Amino acid sequence: MTALVWADSENPDSPAVQSPATPRPGRAQRRRPPVGRALLLLVFAAYFFIPLYAAVDFTLGGSRRNMGHTLSVWTGLVHQDGFTTNLMTSLKIAGGTVLLLLVLMVPTMAWLHLRLPHMRRIVEGVCLLPMAIPAVVIANGILGAFKSWPQAITGSSWILILEYVILALPFTYRSLDAGLSAIPLTTMVEAARSLGASWPATLWRVVVPNIRTAIASAGILGAALALGEFTIANLLLLNTFPVWTDQAGQQDGEVATTASMLILFLSWLLLMLVSHLGRGRTKKSPKLRRSK
Amino acid sequence: MTASAPADVPAGVGEPTPAAAASPLRPAGPRAGRLGFGLGRASRVGRAGRARRTRRVDLLGLAPFAAYVAVFLGAPAYAVITAAFKDGAGHPTLSNVTTTLKDPYRHAFTVSIELSVLSAVLGAVFGLALAIAVSGARRDGFVHRAVTTASGVLAYFGGLPLAFVFLATLGPQGLVTKWLNSAGYNLTQHGFVLWNMAGLVLVYLYFQIPLMLLVIFPALDGLRPQWEEAARNLGASRRQYWLRVGGPLLAPPFLGALLLLFANAFAAYATAYALSTGSVPLVPIQIGSVMSGNVLAGQDNIGNALGLWMIVVVGLVVVAYTLLQRRTARWLR
Repeated sequence: MTALVWADSENPDSPAVQSPATPRPGRAQRRRPPVGRALLLLVFAAYFFIPLYAAVDFTLGGSRRNMGHTLSVWTGLVHQDGFTTNLMTSLKIAGGTVLLLLVLMVPTMAWLHLRLPHMRRIVEGVCLLPMAIPAVVIANGILGAFKSWPQAITGSSWILILEYVILALPFTYRSLDAGLSAIPLTTMVEAARSLGASWPATLWRVVVPNIRTAIASAGILGAALALGEFTIANLLLLNTFPVWTDQAGQQDGEVATTASMLILFLSWLLLMLVSHLGRGRTKKSPKLRRSK
Repeated sequence: MTASAPADVPAGVGEPTPAAAASPLRPAGPRAGRLGFGLGRASRVGRAGRARRTRRVDLLGLAPFAAYVAVFLGAPAYAVITAAFKDGAGHPTLSNVTTTLKDPYRHAFTVSIELSVLSAVLGAVFGLALAIAVSGARRDGFVHRAVTTASGVLAYFGGLPLAFVFLATLGPQGLVTKWLNSAGYNLTQHGFVLWNMAGLVLVYLYFQIPLMLLVIFPALDGLRPQWEEAARNLGASRRQYWLRVGGPLLAPPFLGALLLLFANAFAAYATAYALSTGSVPLVPIQIGSVMSGNVLAGQDNIGNALGLWMIVVVGLVVVAYTLLQRRTARWLR
């Protein structure tokens, strides 16, 4: 299968490869005639943009009514039954998830880096476990495991907050681990401790400010996840914004598509913020070196 | 958002230099001395840690995390696994596990695996093609930046919104459906609906290709131009270079990515559910419908048995992925 895949995967590149471009290595890439590549990029661009265009068009009433575009579905969204309450629920869940996630994971990761560096592999493995256990299965397990728990927790947003923290662990681990690896943590903490700072003070005033980018991206990723999660909420019969969207979709496609686009834009905004944060940090050092 | 989100994504999204950030991690391993070369700080941390390591007190710092994971991930997983071996009255039985290997469920597994394999292979091939096309572009150029940023966002884009976006595109009322209609081509007459295999693969590729890009970009970047130069100087053709050097180096990360994509598709629930309102025979959807009470008498734990099999499948895939990652780390950093 590998060979087959390889033969295929080289095809798009092959017009460029076979062209009699200058054989000078390194520079050669830039000299290759980019026709095949441009065509390929165009096809992919079409595949990724047409659906988005179609969805926006749909929410504006364009393709469906065959009359002028209108913002009425967007403006009418607020008056839909359950729109505001469910959106607020989802925002609250997202906030709770981020808070709990950071309170649990920032000290854990800092401790791990300082005192138990040899256990990082194990903790990483544990943090990746939610990938090996599909959300459907987790939802099913929640019903069985927490049967005897008070309804106030298992029948409310609380259980979602508690479980979304679990679902967010893989991202959180990566973000915080990268952030902590990038700073001289031991030196900083030893300095703070020898100057008399308590453990909580060290964590709050030395560690946290130095990894705030990593904390921000971990938090944003957690929020995006909590805003869009559908599987567990739906199977536990809890009302969140995505669940409401799905129910709305059974009556009115336009409303559901508009609500979907809203979730989409919200989480895109958040994720763009993450990649912006990441870029800002890494760009800084070369620029400094180059200019001044 | 897809049910199972990709592990490697944040590294790609937030930190364009995952290799640089990850390398201090390695000295903690058994080969600390050798790999820690040039990273004095990191390896010293490792050694200092070793001296203090015997203190059990340090482990207490991990207690809250361990307890949390045990309760909110461990307990549900344990509940699923144990319930899979119990009948309605709580007596131990193998019947759930064996029933789920028979037909309505076996069919679901076949369809699920077929969908996951198709979308993973196509996603990996297209993703690699796109990655190669883009890696030819200038690193800080517009194309490169646009593609990496977009794939960072799109790899997360699954679940409910994706379903509605595609309904607006290729659904009965969709824009492209109408375009094709006015061009004299009726999609449904030609057997295309969004919720059959072809439709679902098309939809799943929307998050599989960007995920592939995110995962394979670091590996492509890890291929040093010097290696190709060296091969060329020794008289190798470009073909030979890819066959003997580039290909073998990229094979483990490529296979790893393929596995990740498979697991991603296999665990996905929301997209297929929203497209079909539960009518496609996929394993996650069947678990969902068992949970909603559509089950024959005396088979209460069928959903749990299905869940057990899902854990087994995805678990094997994740283990294989981790092993491949370890192999990859030797060269492509």
